[in-house]
Amino acid sequence: MNQDMIFQRFERFWHWLQAILIILLLITGFNVHDSFRLLSFAGAAQYHVVLAWALIALWVLAVYWHFVTGQWRQYIPENRNQVLAMVHYYAVEIFLSGGHPFHRSRQHKHNPLQGLTYLAVLVGAVPVIWGTGWIYLYYVSWGASGLGESGLGYVAALHTAAAFAILVFLVIHLYLAFTVSDTPLGNLKAMITGYQDDEEDEHVV
Amino acid sequence: MRRSLLFALLAVFASVGVVARSAADNSTPRPVLPKAQGETCVEPVETMRALHGAILAATNGSSSTSSLPKHELSECVACHAQRDKAGAYIPVDAPGQFCQSCHSYSAVSINCFSCHASTPKAGVSKQSAALSTADHSKFDILKQPFASGAEVTYACLSCHTEAGKQLRGTEHWQLTFANPATGQTLGKAHTINMFFGATASNEGLCSNCHIDNAMRDFASDSNVDCLVCHDTTGFYRKPRVWTGKSALDDLLASKGAAVAAPVDLSFIAGHVGKTSRETCGSCHFYADGGDGAKHGDLDSSLTNPKRPLDVHMATDGLNFTCATCHVSKGHDFSGSRYATVARETHGINTPGHMDSNPATCESCHGSKPHKADPHKPAIYAKLNEHTDRVACETCHIPTIARGGVPTKVSVDWSTAGKTGADGKPLKILDAQGRATYTTETGGAVWGEKLVPSYAWSDGTVRYTQLGDKIDPKTPVALNRFEGGAEDANARIWPFKVMKGKQPYDSGGNTLASAHLFGGDAGYWSAYEWNRSIAVAMNAAGSNYSGAYGFVETEMSLPLAHMVAPATQALQCNDCHSGDSRIAHVGGVYAPGRDSFRWLDWLGWLAVAASFVGVSAHGIARWAFARHRRQRG
Repeated sequence: MNQDMIFQRFERFWHWLQAILIILLLITGFNVHDSFRLLSFAGAAQYHVVLAWALIALWVLAVYWHFVTGQWRQYIPENRNQVLAMVHYYAVEIFLSGGHPFHRSRQHKHNPLQGLTYLAVLVGAVPVIWGTGWIYLYYVSWGASGLGESGLGYVAALHTAAAFAILVFLVIHLYLAFTVSDTPLGNLKAMITGYQDDEEDEHVV
Repeated sequence: MRRSLLFALLAVFASVGVVARSAADNSTPRPVLPKAQGETCVEPVETMRALHGAILAATNGSSSTSSLPKHELSECVACHAQRDKAGAYIPVDAPGQFCQSCHSYSAVSINCFSCHASTPKAGVSKQSAALSTADHSKFDILKQPFASGAEVTYACLSCHTEAGKQLRGTEHWQLTFANPATGQTLGKAHTINMFFGATASNEGLCSNCHIDNAMRDFASDSNVDCLVCHDTTGFYRKPRVWTGKSALDDLLASKGAAVAAPVDLSFIAGHVGKTSRETCGSCHFYADGGDGAKHGDLDSSLTNPKRPLDVHMATDGLNFTCATCHVSKGHDFSGSRYATVARETHGINTPGHMDSNPATCESCHGSKPHKADPHKPAIYAKLNEHTDRVACETCHIPTIARGGVPTKVSVDWSTAGKTGADGKPLKILDAQGRATYTTETGGAVWGEKLVPSYAWSDGTVRYTQLGDKIDPKTPVALNRFEGGAEDANARIWPFKVMKGKQPYDSGGNTLASAHLFGGDAGYWSAYEWNRSIAVAMNAAGSNYSGAYGFVETEMSLPLAHMVAPATQALQCNDCHSGDSRIAHVGGVYAPGRDSFRWLDWLGWLAVAASFVGVSAHGIARWAFARHRRQRG
């Protein structure tokens, strides 16, 4: 079987470590928010901070890797028609067993809608959650420079809103990753081994 | 072992000799009991013979048998300590001594004295006595017989020439504090609360505690009662001016005995020393109506506390006295309920930099006291960041009145004055023996291990005083601490909030005080509010319309004592959760406690919608695929 490595070793390492960190950050974060009480507040807050720094460290590596390898180009939006074609596929064709309008390759790892979604998370949710997270961590120092105690509420609100956006992304991501492939769990296999079987249509957003 | 056996044998042989003549018809020699001083024992002799060990154990807390009467060892010692011909005390383990003669006879070792002194030495447990350069028992002027506390004070002043003048300049003596922050004149001589109203016309009650000899001549040094604070023997009893009797007299009277054994003022004067938890506590533990009644963080359980109750004063720990923190400068003590330091920013006191109020936590611990914990790197740093807005006491005093002594939570004077069917005053006790109703003071609710109330405080307190207009339709705050989240000097503090229902002038809408005892107008004589209010208001120089009612009141008592070990401090969840202890403390966003309800609602709606959406999408795909397969 002719195989083509789609996801390189660092990419797969980055993806899975990031997945674990984000899920744990969501759990500890909503624990801190008193949405549930899996851990004590102290435990949840403690882990949340440590996990956040770990994710930041991972992202420093990932950003470096993307620029060194030029892989950042994967996130340049495609033209509008290609995105609309993907929307049409998910909304209509997928039920009628129509063909997937996009073929994944090493040069185009994401379908146009997928790439656009990742870009939206990158420029939307991520800066908000990191920015507010840092302010949150250091609000005592910020308070002295005029943010004040009541300002923390708005910081927290933005942080929570971004967390909800990431949770929504995660729900949809998991659905598409696990179910939209021609062989069962084909995307999962590709993200673990790096290879996808040639001529197979596997798509993920 | 061998030595105690020898003592026991000696005691037996000695006893044999003494009782030999009368023992002809009794093969077992009887012990010899030296006669005690005083008239009657605090309990019937038979009770004491059978139960004195259990009573002492119950009193000092090493046993929890609550049905026993409580008596301190010092009460036993007061009557039963013996002196030899030279005037020296006979050791408790000497043959023929009161305790030893029975214990030898019954072959029971005296366990108490493995801890307690065998002779009543002053300040045995107090290191300061050993470090003092003066042994007061060697001063000739203190060897004379004294007839009164005032005579002792004369003797004290002959060396301590400035002490009387110093003391008379303090709040402790004047019971007056001019609050520079508010311009109010405060202090026990001026404020009014729900416990016993105001001082004016009730001065006799004050003599229970006031550190003078007579409650008459405040301008004379010799009226300062030195012994009430500087006694180290525990024997000194301050007679109350209005009855001439001490608290011990009352205790004995209630047991059927006539008077307390007279205190040996010469012995006490020879054994003066630094203040102690006992001496400070003899007033401050019993404020406003008995042990623990007022403060909730000050009661007799702090006399000999263990670490879980008070990490600083614990006898098995740091063994602080009150004055370790409430440092005095020329008899003037640091730490005040009228001018609290809500946020100490001067740092740790060291020689050359003694800027912090020594009664604050920060004066020893600084403002970043939480030590680095490698297992919790983010938490200790966050705890240190909390010190700017949260008082140390808020987390480190987890509950109040947790030493086994309850505190009053509310009092209701409007129900006072009811008598029983027999026309006599009523006293209703609950299962724990606490008075929940007395004819004199009305209803009372007691509580233990209470969760404090929390509020912002910048340390400035404003009182509602006699003459201030009140709105009787809503509970009146007798005092109010100022400050809020926007005030950088304010922090969240713990309080005992005391509630009351007390008389007010319904014609003038001001608080009213009542004359409680003395003469026909005393409320406790005739139970006639109008007359007793008129007398008290006249004495206080306040107007009284002649019409009274009862108004609900509240008072906030800041908490600073009974600091628990760190392991028992509050956990983050106690405040950072939906059922937060600080639920009503506004102005800050506390994660876990606070949220924007609409945001959570929208957020979870979006999560649920995406979940339902992908589920529907998946089911539809499955249904279409099945349909296609069926069509072939």
